[in-house]
Amino acid sequence: MFDAMPLQLPDARARRAAYAARAKQETRKTMDMGTEQDWTALLLAVRDEQDRAAFAALFRHFAPRVKGFLMKSGASAALAEECAQETMVTLWNKAHLYDPARASVATWVFTIARNRRIDALRRAARPEPEDLPWGPEAEPDQHDVLELAQETGRLGAALAQLPENQRSLIERAFYGDLTHTEIAAETGLPLGTIKSRIRLALDRLRRTLS
Amino acid sequence: MTPIRHHVSDQLLMAYAAGALPEAFSLVLATHLSLCDDCRARLGAFEAVGGAVLEGCAAPMPEEALNACMARLGQPAAARPAPAPRRHALIPQPLQDYIGGDLSAVKWRPLGMGVRQAILPTGRGARARLLYIPAGQAVPDHGHRGTELTLVLQGAYRDATDRFGPGDLEIAGEELDHTPIAEPGADCICLAATDAPLRFNSLVPRLLQPLFRI
Repeated sequence: MFDAMPLQLPDARARRAAYAARAKQETRKTMDMGTEQDWTALLLAVRDEQDRAAFAALFRHFAPRVKGFLMKSGASAALAEECAQETMVTLWNKAHLYDPARASVATWVFTIARNRRIDALRRAARPEPEDLPWGPEAEPDQHDVLELAQETGRLGAALAQLPENQRSLIERAFYGDLTHTEIAAETGLPLGTIKSRIRLALDRLRRTLS
Repeated sequence: MTPIRHHVSDQLLMAYAAGALPEAFSLVLATHLSLCDDCRARLGAFEAVGGAVLEGCAAPMPEEALNACMARLGQPAAARPAPAPRRHALIPQPLQDYIGGDLSAVKWRPLGMGVRQAILPTGRGARARLLYIPAGQAVPDHGHRGTELTLVLQGAYRDATDRFGPGDLEIAGEELDHTPIAEPGADCICLAATDAPLRFNSLVPRLLQPLFRI
């Protein structure tokens, strides 16, 4: 009967560790599926336990994508590879800043790679919005994290299904090929749900701050 | 503070998410986003598109790249540092970084009629400035050759299109000619960015333009 009782954890840190461990177990089961949830669990293992095996798995998936992304942005293969390594080192160093309720791992990796590209290719600064503080007490709800990961997966599928010319315009915008006046705001992608999810996460964060 | 009514356009948000904006425009957006969670959430959605685009790219990495990268991993930061509390409610951190402090650190230069400006140091492509317009004062009638972004930090102004209060962002393109007038009450302070010189419709401001770099 005691087995069925919920485990009483002393603090948020322990709760996080338990979540990461459970998520990792789930991940090992479904590793070859490579879904957004799996990457989230791996990054949380990096964030909370400095798990080097989890980092290696993230590297194998994301480093080639960052390299490809930067080559499409005009970088040489050598520069793109160097920047991909730096992006992954940044992911390791800044894992404590990762909030899975506000960004999927792919999204977060994209923002690091984008900033790396701006530093390496354009050398123009890009001021960032004020950081939103959050502590262990603001640890996001697991359900929110899962929902955001699933929505992000759906977004990827929707992008793949766009007509070729429409998809190509979006890709070129993100490769940095288009100026702000050339970018068409109408993407044809379902962004409303993701926006609402992130908005909820921000509201929750603000509430714990006040 | 009254709710923000004028927000960043999808086009500018997507350009900011893509890293395609000149620094001065990014500064205006970063300042507005610091004050507006709705736009911050919309930005998150556009960044998710960037993530989906990245997922579609792949170039083979040599096998030794992983080991080389693992060798560079040090001790990551243990905890998230708490950001310093904002001292001025309407001067978020990104703008403070450019001013070098809050409003008291601004080095104002007179533009005439009590209007003052301070040009902020940003890279090429667009120029950012703080504008100080005394309550009740008008900025000379002008048009735009490119895009002008104006973010209200304090006070409020009106032009033919609407009223703009703290946190509101006005996006003016080539089609808009306007004469912004600061409302009575508090003096109006704005952060403005332009990617082309303004087009003043009367002679005196036009003659002074090169001098003021506006």
